Amino acid sequence: MSQSYNRGLVEDFGRWREFTAGMWAWIFHKFTGWVLVGYLFTHIAVLSTAIAGANGQTVLVGGEQLNVYTATIQGLESLLIVRVMEVGLLAVAVFHILNGVRLLFVDLGLGLESQDKSFYASLIVTGVIVIASIPTFLEGAF
Amino acid sequence: MAERYSSFRSGSTSWLLQRVTAAFLVVVLAFHFFLLHFVQHASEVTFAGTTARMEEWGYLLTMVLFLLTATFHGVNGVYAALLNQGLTGTAKRAVQVVLAIAGLALAGQGTYLALVMSGVM
Repeated sequence: MSQSYNRGLVEDFGRWREFTAGMWAWIFHKFTGWVLVGYLFTHIAVLSTAIAGANGQTVLVGGEQLNVYTATIQGLESLLIVRVMEVGLLAVAVFHILNGVRLLFVDLGLGLESQDKSFYASLIVTGVIVIASIPTFLEGAF
Repeated sequence: MAERYSSFRSGSTSWLLQRVTAAFLVVVLAFHFFLLHFVQHASEVTFAGTTARMEEWGYLLTMVLFLLTATFHGVNGVYAALLNQGLTGTAKRAVQVVLAIAGLALAGQGTYLALVMSGVM
């Protein structure tokens, strides 16, 4: 049976108490998208130290001359806050991937009637993957 | 059928490209995370290890395509999000120009970086 819903504008965030699962999915997808595109610019900026590294630039770390790229990556990875932020990045990326797959199905008109359940499933699976990954991400950080 | 709510005008080229790049990125982003955090660890990344990976043509090509599709998907997504907020007129044109410059700069820098890492440049 044909149905149409008018739930108002999702951009009107002051109504958040009235939001349905699909509207939260839309907001979370947008938020995680902003984080990921911001990270992409940061990621390429940090990795660009490889250009100086390829020219042989080194830095002195603990009495040892290290390639500037190696020193930058390993220096960042030695910081606990960076490891914690990487877990956050994983959470953001996994949710965006899972909800993105959900959106592709929605676009194909598949499983529309259970799109709310698939949003909850995306959240739960994201939580499970992130919790299971914490030991790997924090290994050697302490 | 339930009404769909999308950030994109259904049927537009940007709508289609956003989904085509999404399908590719789902696979490559998962691969990238898995390879550099689980198979190898980010804390053990070295210049020698990175260049060894990037010297493989298949890996280099995958990473460059990853960069280009992620840049398009990200910038196009930001643009769609801003259009949703009611962006019009001069502000819309200014956002188009800024995002185009940022996207091209990122794609250019990233591609150059990939070629340096692979030893091509």
